Amino acid sequence: MSDLTDRPILNVRDLNKRFGRGCVHCRKPEDLPGLSNRCPYCGSVWACIHVSFDLYEGEILGIVGESGSGKSTLVRSLYFDAPVTSGTGEIASFKEGKANIFTESAQQKRYIKNYLMGMVYQNPWLGLKMDFSSGGNIAEKLIAAGNFNVHQIRQRASKLLDHVEIPLTRMDEKPVHFSGGMQQRVQISKALANNPSILLLDEVTTGLDLSVQARVLDLIRRIQRESHTAMIVVSHDLGVIRMLSDRTIVMKQGRFVESGLTDQILEDPHHPYTQLLVQSLL
Amino acid sequence: MGYVAVTGGQAAIETANSLTQWYRLKDSDRSLKVEDIEHQMRQLINRVMGEGGLYAPEYAAIAVKQAEGDPAEAAFLLRAYRSTLARNYYSETIKPEKMRVIRRISSSFKDIPGGQILGPTYDYTHRLLNFDLRDEDHRDALNQILDRLSIDPKHKSEKLTFQKVTDLLRAQGLVGNPDPQEQEPFDMTRQKLTFPASRSARLQALSRGETGAMTALAYSSLRGYGAVHPTIGELRVGYAEVAIAYPYDEKESLYIGEMMLTEVETINSFTLNDDGAITFRLGYGLVFGQNETKAIAMAILEQSLETKGKSPTQDEEFVLLHIDSVEANGFVSHLKLPHYITFQSKLDVLRQSQKISVEKKKNETRDFKGQEV
Amino acid sequence: MDFQLLQTYNYAFLDEGSKREIRRAALKAVAIPGYQVPFASRELPIGRGWGTGGLQLTLSLIGDGDCLKVIDQGHDDSVNAVSIKKLVQTCTRITTTTDSEQATIIQTRHRIPEVPLRKDQILVLQVPEPEPLRRVEPREKETKRLHAEMDYSSIWLRLYEDIVRWGKITIGPDYPAMANHRYIFNPSPIPRFDLPKLNRAAGLYLFGAGREKKIYAIPPYTDVTPLAFEDYPFETEHFEGCACRLCGSRDTFLDEIYDERTGEKVYQCSDTGNCRKRQEGRHSDE
Repeated sequence: MSDLTDRPILNVRDLNKRFGRGCVHCRKPEDLPGLSNRCPYCGSVWACIHVSFDLYEGEILGIVGESGSGKSTLVRSLYFDAPVTSGTGEIASFKEGKANIFTESAQQKRYIKNYLMGMVYQNPWLGLKMDFSSGGNIAEKLIAAGNFNVHQIRQRASKLLDHVEIPLTRMDEKPVHFSGGMQQRVQISKALANNPSILLLDEVTTGLDLSVQARVLDLIRRIQRESHTAMIVVSHDLGVIRMLSDRTIVMKQGRFVESGLTDQILEDPHHPYTQLLVQSLL
Repeated sequence: MGYVAVTGGQAAIETANSLTQWYRLKDSDRSLKVEDIEHQMRQLINRVMGEGGLYAPEYAAIAVKQAEGDPAEAAFLLRAYRSTLARNYYSETIKPEKMRVIRRISSSFKDIPGGQILGPTYDYTHRLLNFDLRDEDHRDALNQILDRLSIDPKHKSEKLTFQKVTDLLRAQGLVGNPDPQEQEPFDMTRQKLTFPASRSARLQALSRGETGAMTALAYSSLRGYGAVHPTIGELRVGYAEVAIAYPYDEKESLYIGEMMLTEVETINSFTLNDDGAITFRLGYGLVFGQNETKAIAMAILEQSLETKGKSPTQDEEFVLLHIDSVEANGFVSHLKLPHYITFQSKLDVLRQSQKISVEKKKNETRDFKGQEV
Repeated sequence: MDFQLLQTYNYAFLDEGSKREIRRAALKAVAIPGYQVPFASRELPIGRGWGTGGLQLTLSLIGDGDCLKVIDQGHDDSVNAVSIKKLVQTCTRITTTTDSEQATIIQTRHRIPEVPLRKDQILVLQVPEPEPLRRVEPREKETKRLHAEMDYSSIWLRLYEDIVRWGKITIGPDYPAMANHRYIFNPSPIPRFDLPKLNRAAGLYLFGAGREKKIYAIPPYTDVTPLAFEDYPFETEHFEGCACRLCGSRDTFLDEIYDERTGEKVYQCSDTGNCRKRQEGRHSDE
């Protein structure tokens, strides 16, 4: 792990995300009565409330919480799948870290998604074009980055697929015919196509068989070791978090309740909710 | 050979046009009177005016005669004529609640103020071919009908107007549609339909839509490919006054005539609401003339487009771009035009691909996929 | 139906307001090469999908002193070309020609004449489907966004998949190209053979899609680049070893024809106006 005095490659401050129209009782998350993140008057939900964190080069940051805690909304907001309600995000390698990525133009956001960030979804249908070949899925990213040479594209795509242990003979097959684990591996290779400095992983092993899970987790570790890509791993599964992440943030009802080194969180949880989570794991 | 390689297209076209006229008249001993078409082919006229987007019964009748009864062709003739006309005024908002009603029914309430009025409808006729129509004598038939109805044609009947059923619901706070806004409507004859379309644009496109296409789409929504299965709050047919603002004094209006309209308001389940409000939502259909199925279909499609989902009738572009009679008929029939050049080009690609495929099989070892990678 | 259109209807059929609107759309199209300018397409007396977009441009541009040529598949005598030409003639006072060099406006479907356009000429192309991205995305709302953001990877991906599957790009006519390094556009279903004629050309090319209600343009001296990969370059149709049976030409687009009597495959120029001129030239040389 990098020296914490280093500048983070991603810093996020006060990210707020509301689903629903909002009313006088929930214009700001502070206005919400009680601890719930759901407005009892209009039903709007604040899925992320004043979320702030830093991500450092080469580290894996885990975000854990039960379903509905806002952790998936958080990574999807980072990947611009849903617009944030307010907040700032800065990427060190984008405009010298001086621009708020959330207010950038659609073109700039696309640039960030193509070059600086990769995303792997729980549902491979969101990350892959199932009607196109696996190689084509990677090609799309490479083309977006300005590569218009079929031979070079195929060379790079085969290298990436080889890296995630997809046999090259299946490069021209559509991922729709692949198993769940293979689809996840194709998704990972697509996300890595343009060597992003940040990789977002949203419940990537959920729903896979245990042995397949282990293989995908190994792969993620190996990629992190070899490429030093910084990663944000979102999971409801503390086992996954324990295996992958250096630091962990615990999220509940849109808020961060506890954060620290993963070992510390697992061995000495302070917040009652974290204690509950850790107990249920044991 | 095809009809391009030969010269003399001009002569061929003129002959084809004359033949069309010949086929229109050759087997009868008299020409159809436009007046008869206008008054006795009422449903066809209504449909053609609606799909043509021009309220002009006499012109519609000429179009029907010229098109030998093809409604698509007749609607097309009206539209083409309309595009040569300057748009001078926008009428004031028509008030269907003040309509001189000839028919109004509700399937939601048995007793509606003013009562249900069946008026002229096929709904309760038995669909038996009436062979008497072969030798119908106009005057005899008319007198018989008048006898049965016990109407004195010289006596002027009172004007029937009724409060709208949905206004009753609205007064009780049971209806959740937003209040109407007075603003100049989108004009789809002067602007290209863009997406997402405004409500005014949607309603206009639906109102000009092809009856059959709209019925089919609305039917699909009712059958399960969609969410909308409404109750008819009220269906009314009648004559509404059309007025324009008086050019020299905006506050005054100038009556310019009346037109027959069918208006439908449907009542939809509150569970369709996005905002969680527990009120009915009204679907709205308004079409030229008496064209009830189309008006109902319009109300269904209109509400269907207000809901989110994956069925075809919830896709704005899918519905609005494919219901236009003139466009659909034009593009499907354009396939009759020669496509020799494009076909030649496709042939070329096919032959090249075949060649590549044969070579590929020959050198399996240097297979494309096996390129040095 | 030979009633006098000129008396019954306005000059050039459309009312002046409509014509002005269409000219404005055309001007905007010239200002942004390859960008599809929406316009409120009018219904015309010919079928939607039968050249109403091109015809609206022609009618809006044409005036006394113009000389019009209309071709379909390269032919002046094709029935639809004749029908369009006749309609324009009956509601204006213009002259017509089959010689593309005489024409001030040429309306065409599926071909660009063989003789290069001069700077004082306008070629009006009839467009059935103006949206190049329709091949990968059916929704207009979405394709509009893709153009705005210059997000073209989906269509490139389609070309890549073609190469992987078939060994080459399988788009025949209407081959998509990039205008002025900014907008991908459909050149209308002209053969690939004609596409290079658009690149840095002297004349103005206007594209009208009546049913889809779009106008776009390739103004003079605009860079037009067919989409192609570096190692799979753009190719036009192949006519190796073939020559026109009438004029002997080897460098024009040829129609493949089966001789009625012998059943043999023979070739002849698709641009009949140009072919006739070459035949006449050959005769006078002899």
